[in-house]
Amino acid sequence: MQPEVLTSNPTGFAPVVLLQQLGARALLLLARAGRMGIFLGRMVGFALTPPVKVARVVRRVHFIGFGSILVVMLTGAFTGMVLSLQGFYALSRFGSDAFLGPLVALSLVRELGPVIAALMVAGRAGSAITAEIGIMRNGQQLDALELMGLNPFRYVVVPNFLAAMISMPLLACLFDVVGIWGGYTVGVKLLGVSGGTYMGEIATYLEMKDIMGGIYKAISFGGIISWVCCYKGYYTDFGAEGVSRATTQAVVMSSVLILVWDYFMTSAMF
Amino acid sequence: MIQIENITKSFDDVPVLRGISLTVEKGEFVALIGRSGYGKSVLLRHVAGLLKPDSGRVLVDGQDLTSLRGRELEALRSRFGFVFQGGALFDSLSVFDNVAFPLREKTRKSEEEIATQVRAALVRVGLETSEDKLPAQISGGMVKRTALARALVMEPEFLFFDEPETGLDPLTAQGVLDLIHECHRNLKFTGIIISHQLPRVFDVVDRVAVLHNGQIRYFGPPDGLERSADEAVRQLVTGRA
Repeated sequence: MQPEVLTSNPTGFAPVVLLQQLGARALLLLARAGRMGIFLGRMVGFALTPPVKVARVVRRVHFIGFGSILVVMLTGAFTGMVLSLQGFYALSRFGSDAFLGPLVALSLVRELGPVIAALMVAGRAGSAITAEIGIMRNGQQLDALELMGLNPFRYVVVPNFLAAMISMPLLACLFDVVGIWGGYTVGVKLLGVSGGTYMGEIATYLEMKDIMGGIYKAISFGGIISWVCCYKGYYTDFGAEGVSRATTQAVVMSSVLILVWDYFMTSAMF
Repeated sequence: MIQIENITKSFDDVPVLRGISLTVEKGEFVALIGRSGYGKSVLLRHVAGLLKPDSGRVLVDGQDLTSLRGRELEALRSRFGFVFQGGALFDSLSVFDNVAFPLREKTRKSEEEIATQVRAALVRVGLETSEDKLPAQISGGMVKRTALARALVMEPEFLFFDEPETGLDPLTAQGVLDLIHECHRNLKFTGIIISHQLPRVFDVVDRVAVLHNGQIRYFGPPDGLERSADEAVRQLVTGRA
């Protein structure tokens, strides 16, 4: 139950009313945070206990992962290209343009690949997940599932959760590869860096722990996107406006959470 | 048998149900009527276990629905069918797949057996020529009939209808009610129907419950409604204030 925000003034003393309203708002936020936490717990719990709807997971991997390939490749290519341009400008000042390859590769693999790919997936697939579940909620389709003796979490939420966790690391790797290729195109073909140096230095400086760090990040971002977007759809307000608001909130919240979580993961891992 | 025992429910401190008690015998069909916004759907959602009461309980064949969780609740609900006001069809699935959905998910039947059963259900509701259409491509009456077919295909012991004829023209609404009546005669399910089709729904049901101001004001055979001493009941039946 959500606490009511006080609008009356029982004491007539303005600071007390302000405190009451602040307290009520804080309680409301706490209640919502608690509900989100419980949602996460149920999502993970059902994902870890059989039966898992494998066919639905595969379909969601197709939607979240395969469907995001084009946008991830496009953004990856241009991110790598602009990194190469900016990196060459900075490195050539110190006569270190031979390190352009490692700069592009490390930036992409450790940071930009997982983060930008996740932001793209949140915008493309996350918003669609929220809208789809929100419409199912409004159209009583989730209630219909429950009344068939089927668990809506297993049918709707868990497949998205697992699919996002499977798809995100693959998309981040794709982003990295295409980005490194984009950086190569600009650095080697346009700016004149030696191709052997570009690739050779990447092999020297890029370590397995960098790659694994990026993959762990991408997996956790998949979890965040599916958690936030499923939650917002599951508890959407009524009507088209409610679904529209939930969709916007889902994309904004998951994007912010991705960036915040990225900082903490980077601090912990590197 | 469904026993509703002293159910109370409030939303934002506004009481909607104020101590409702009702017993629906096995095989009995009960109409729940009342003015719009007086809590009929809320009561039906309690009976189906979609809402938890503030106090009181709902017993289904002696099992307390309000205290069941997880697999036990899912098992009990497998005996339910529910026809929602808007149909609640899965809009990305065809009429056939909507009706087949519970069979595919809840049984181990082969696709051939499922197809036979689904087609029989579609014939029963007169939709055999529309099985490939999506819910958005069929009329409101067909959506309701598809929802009925989906509810019937599992042959539930308990079937609930939330205004199945709302939004339909009088002839189609009568057709849906006749279909429900026929299904009840054949399948003998225990049912509750919320309806505003007065007095037509009285031909379909065994007893009528009138919900007014969060309380049951009448519970008995349809022919006793007009003789009720309660003015609110008479007003509802005659349609005159």
